[in-house]
Amino acid sequence: MRERESPKAKRYARLVEQEKPKISLFSNVVRAFVTGGIICLLGETIRTYLLYLGLSQPLAGVWMSISLIFLASFLTGLGVYDEIGRFGGAGSAIPITGFANSIVAPAMEYRSEGAILGLAARLFIIAGPVIVYGLVSATGFGLLRSVFR
Amino acid sequence: MNKTFLLNNVYVEESASVVGPLEGAGPLGDLFDVVIPDIIYGESSFEKAERKMLLESLSLCLKKTNYKPEDIDLVLAGDLLNQLISANFAARELPIAFAGIFGACSAFALSVALGSLLIEGGHFERVIAGACSHHETAERTFRFPTELGVQRAPTAHWTMSGAGTVVLGKQGPVAVKEVTIGRVVDYGIKDASNLGAAMAPAAFDTLNLHLTNLGKRPEDYDLIATGDLGSIGQICLKHLLGDASLSSGNFTDCGLLVYSTAQDIHAGASGCAASACVFASYLYPLLTKGLLKKVLLIATGALFGQTTAQQKDSIPAVAHAVAFEKVG
Amino acid sequence: MNFFWAFIFGGAVCAIGQVILDKTKMTQADLMVVLVVFGSLISALGFYDPLVTRFGAGAMVPVSNFGHTLTQGVIIGYQENGFLGALEGGLGKASAVLGAAIIFGFTMGLLFRPKG
Repeated sequence: MRERESPKAKRYARLVEQEKPKISLFSNVVRAFVTGGIICLLGETIRTYLLYLGLSQPLAGVWMSISLIFLASFLTGLGVYDEIGRFGGAGSAIPITGFANSIVAPAMEYRSEGAILGLAARLFIIAGPVIVYGLVSATGFGLLRSVFR
Repeated sequence: MNKTFLLNNVYVEESASVVGPLEGAGPLGDLFDVVIPDIIYGESSFEKAERKMLLESLSLCLKKTNYKPEDIDLVLAGDLLNQLISANFAARELPIAFAGIFGACSAFALSVALGSLLIEGGHFERVIAGACSHHETAERTFRFPTELGVQRAPTAHWTMSGAGTVVLGKQGPVAVKEVTIGRVVDYGIKDASNLGAAMAPAAFDTLNLHLTNLGKRPEDYDLIATGDLGSIGQICLKHLLGDASLSSGNFTDCGLLVYSTAQDIHAGASGCAASACVFASYLYPLLTKGLLKKVLLIATGALFGQTTAQQKDSIPAVAHAVAFEKVG
Repeated sequence: MNFFWAFIFGGAVCAIGQVILDKTKMTQADLMVVLVVFGSLISALGFYDPLVTRFGAGAMVPVSNFGHTLTQGVIIGYQENGFLGALEGGLGKASAVLGAAIIFGFTMGLLFRPKG
């Protein structure tokens, strides 16, 4: 029985919207800010240390990213990162650590469907789109920039 | 026509339930027959753990009643996974005729309803009806990998891990009196993290049909228990009932009974297990002890799949009503 | 002072992301994709490098930096070797980070079981 377009359904949709518990945007944003800020602060600490060791700016940046990726991968393995994500929301998703989490989580999850079509294939369910859109947009914008500089 | 069947010859003989550790730590924790120590239950995958819970619940039914498999004519069971793998694979271990039932989260009520009609019709002597769900397998099927750091919407349900089964036969302490098989209702809700809102119109439709067909009022039952509408779904249902002047205080929702607020579950428990386990281990004992005389169970199911959700289709829902009555 | 700015800028990007998550129907995956594309755009316009200089890890840690890395690779590759260079350059520059993510992901997937 479809009521999808009927006035009854429209009235109901309004009711649902009205009864939805209001999420506290403020507290969510503050938690995202703090979580994301701390991850970046950690990154800056690692980077400062690497620069202090004498690495060049670009190299320090790459090693910092790799360190954070390792840390996030390990925390995902231990089952901690999803808790951080539940607290921090976008604050834990946006940093490169969230990218690492999005690779490790399906890898672990689909291990039970085999090491090839399970783990390895599903590894990219979220990272895949990020890489695809990243590469396509970078190539597009980068070429435009190079051609029309 | 949309009939409500009146039954005189069908009884619930016994019930059993098996639940996960989180459910065991909830307010009803002590009532369930078995609380498994961890959600993988010694298996190599969550899917295997889910079917093991269903199988254990089925075996418990046999053990409690002292029936042998050959005393059971038919098993009707369902779950949420593709190709009904939990029920089908649990049935693989049983030398009993089996039919898989899909009704999403309404599977338990649908199994009981169909099993009761088969007995009432004189086709079968004794039927076991049940359903199961598992939080991790449902997350994998419908949402994200469990270790992904995502925030759950405040309207989101928590798929309950558990399995509940009942033995239906021709005698027992609780009678199955009325059955209404619901229509599929779609009010155009598309938000898969607000299934309560998608299912409430179905619960209303079936309840309305059931009461109209029988000329009854909600007050004629001691308790009307919806399956897994959750907090938002229940509010929506109450609005719909209010508009039809069917409001009454004797409503509860199985999904809202399973977890405490401290467990931070948001809208409540969902999944086939919610109505199955709560009926098997909470409502059924209340009926046998005579603390409740007449209970109407309306389990709802959201009949969507991951593919339809990705294709942005709205979520159809269904609800089935079964009325139970204490004998004597 | 570097630490302070890294915290503030990184936190601010995440806070804006949270507003988008809560106010629209976008999922986290959508948000990550949008940020990467946005990073590519800002980078091609030449605004990303100043952000890195000013905010350090605050601009380097958010995934938008992945778009920036890819875009700079494309631009430098094109200068050195034309279109072929552009195709090589994008992934070339990001390969260390991508490689690490894939290898760690694979290893952790083998080592750990999901706890739910």
